[in-house]
Amino acid sequence: MPAVLEIEGLRKTYKSRRRGTRNALDGFNMRVEAGQVHGFLGPNGSGKTTTLRTLLGLIRPDGGRMTILGHEVPDALPVVAGQVGAIVESPQFFPHFTARDTLSLLASAGDVPSNRVDEVLELVGLRERAGERVKTYSLGMKQRLAVASALLKDPKLLILDEPANGLDPGGIREMRTLTRNLAESGMTVVLSSHILGEIQLICDSVTIISLGRRVAFGPVDEVLAQHSSGAVRVRLEAVTDLPAAADALTRSGIRLTGHADHLMLAGVDKPAVVTRLLAEQGLYVSELSPVAVDLESVFLELTATAPVPGQHRQVDQSLKVGGAEQSGATGGGWGA
Amino acid sequence: MSLYRTELRRLTKRRFTRYMTLLGLLVLLAVVVGTFLTNHKLDAGAIAQAERQADQQYEQQVRWSEQERAACEAAQAAGTPNDGRYPDDCSMISAPPRESIETSWFLPSTFDFREAFPETLVPFAAILALVGFVIGASFIGAEWSSGGMMNLLLWRPKRLTVLATKLAALLTGMLAVALPAAVAWFAGFWLVATFRGSTEKVTSGVWQSAGLTGLRALLLVLVVSTLGFALASLGRHTAMALGGVVAVAVVGQFGLGILLDMAGVRFPEAWLLPTYALAWMQKKVTLQNWDSCNATVFGECKPETFDITWQHSSVLLAVGVAVVLGSALWMMRRRDIS
Repeated sequence: MPAVLEIEGLRKTYKSRRRGTRNALDGFNMRVEAGQVHGFLGPNGSGKTTTLRTLLGLIRPDGGRMTILGHEVPDALPVVAGQVGAIVESPQFFPHFTARDTLSLLASAGDVPSNRVDEVLELVGLRERAGERVKTYSLGMKQRLAVASALLKDPKLLILDEPANGLDPGGIREMRTLTRNLAESGMTVVLSSHILGEIQLICDSVTIISLGRRVAFGPVDEVLAQHSSGAVRVRLEAVTDLPAAADALTRSGIRLTGHADHLMLAGVDKPAVVTRLLAEQGLYVSELSPVAVDLESVFLELTATAPVPGQHRQVDQSLKVGGAEQSGATGGGWGA
Repeated sequence: MSLYRTELRRLTKRRFTRYMTLLGLLVLLAVVVGTFLTNHKLDAGAIAQAERQADQQYEQQVRWSEQERAACEAAQAAGTPNDGRYPDDCSMISAPPRESIETSWFLPSTFDFREAFPETLVPFAAILALVGFVIGASFIGAEWSSGGMMNLLLWRPKRLTVLATKLAALLTGMLAVALPAAVAWFAGFWLVATFRGSTEKVTSGVWQSAGLTGLRALLLVLVVSTLGFALASLGRHTAMALGGVVAVAVVGQFGLGILLDMAGVRFPEAWLLPTYALAWMQKKVTLQNWDSCNATVFGECKPETFDITWQHSSVLLAVGVAVVLGSALWMMRRRDIS
């Protein structure tokens, strides 16, 4: 499939006399294929927003190459801007204008037909509140307005940075349905979010960024599979046989953890090996189930941002590609 | 073109623009109405009344001097020591001549279009320039601080074009207000002169001069609006422009004025911006140094003078706009938007 968005070796460095040098983006790569819903994940300060701002021409990169719809950006942004709808970070609008005025002015600036304003207001559920000033809106309503502004151009590529921020559960479900519908209509959607359950539900593929570098990418299933630990839960017909089973498996080089009524095995590529080993010892399995990983656990593992009891993790304390934990003056994230 | 029209719409839709414009126009109207109410037509009745008042004052002076002379003579006759209250020769106490009490002192204020109208263009320009400055600053400052600029750049990713188009829309809007206001100002004061003063000796030369002064007033309004816009864009906040003006006014003008005065600089006003604004409007401001003597052929001392002309002011305004607007454009092009 052709790439709608491609980023190679993107770099952005912030220099400050007081804070030193920080690499917000440190050779970041990303590829999004046409028609996909692509999740863009990363801890706070990992460089997500910096990436999106750089892509959209708001921040000047220090190195790397970016293309949108086959055009090199930022040089070709004026050419492709009409086909890219985006909201970056929290929605910000002039508070004294109504939602309709806000969208109408944007439509007028972008040569979009004015009837499109009503269409997108309907689409995001703001039709009946469109005449009210934005300052009276809740965060969720502002978020809907932001999505409406991004949809106004009927873009080929839609970039949504935390679109579910502030939405109520119904709104989140509506956003999910809307995103899927847009993708089915042929639109490519890049979705940055911290609601990993949502990402797992909606997205076809993901990119995970940490400290300005890509630490995982690909179809969601593949990323989950690559980072599943091969954990398998084993129960035996007789609980009393568990020590013997543990002994036999350990001797075969399988790592395990014993529990009162079952064993948890790690690093098992082929569960059939376990069945055979135990059967050879006269031990009979009553349950053998691979333990599925979810995106949240993969994310926490890859970015090393899982909470540790008694510790207060700082925003820069996450994992760089290659597994080395890093912090200090040259770490990434600041300014993201 | 669509962006230009959009920005014009955005400008006129903003409440701040509407309220500030209305406020500025109301102040201008108040000046015209105030001038109308405090001036009167000089008809024969008013002149006769003034002459009567002058006569009355002359008679009052004559009575008072006679009383004083009598008191002086009485004091001399009584041998009361003269404590300096009266002259030695009491006949010296006399009333002033009748002609020294001028009838014009008692005439009501009247608006002479030829003499007074050019001066009214100074407050006209000052009020509209102030309105233009704050509207210009707010127009771009609020866009930056509310995130509207970022939204717009996602639609129109040409930074300089966006900033220049916004400025063009602002200047168009200011011109659309200032030009009719100037016409109304001319018409208003013509009516004031007609009903509460005089329109005599208003030759084509007077009209031409007033027209050129009006043109300079409009240019000043546009220049100051541009400065407000550019300063707020540089600081990415309305407060940057307003704070900058307060800083310049307090430190750069009052502080500098005091410093120059203490340092004994010959023409301290030559370093202050209002002098150049006034010179721009009045074509010339003549500064005087009273600590000097330029002797005339009659042996009279005249102060040394220094002329600041509208040409000097035009250079200052052009350089100011070039530096501030140039910096704003350069920063717009270079700085990240976050």
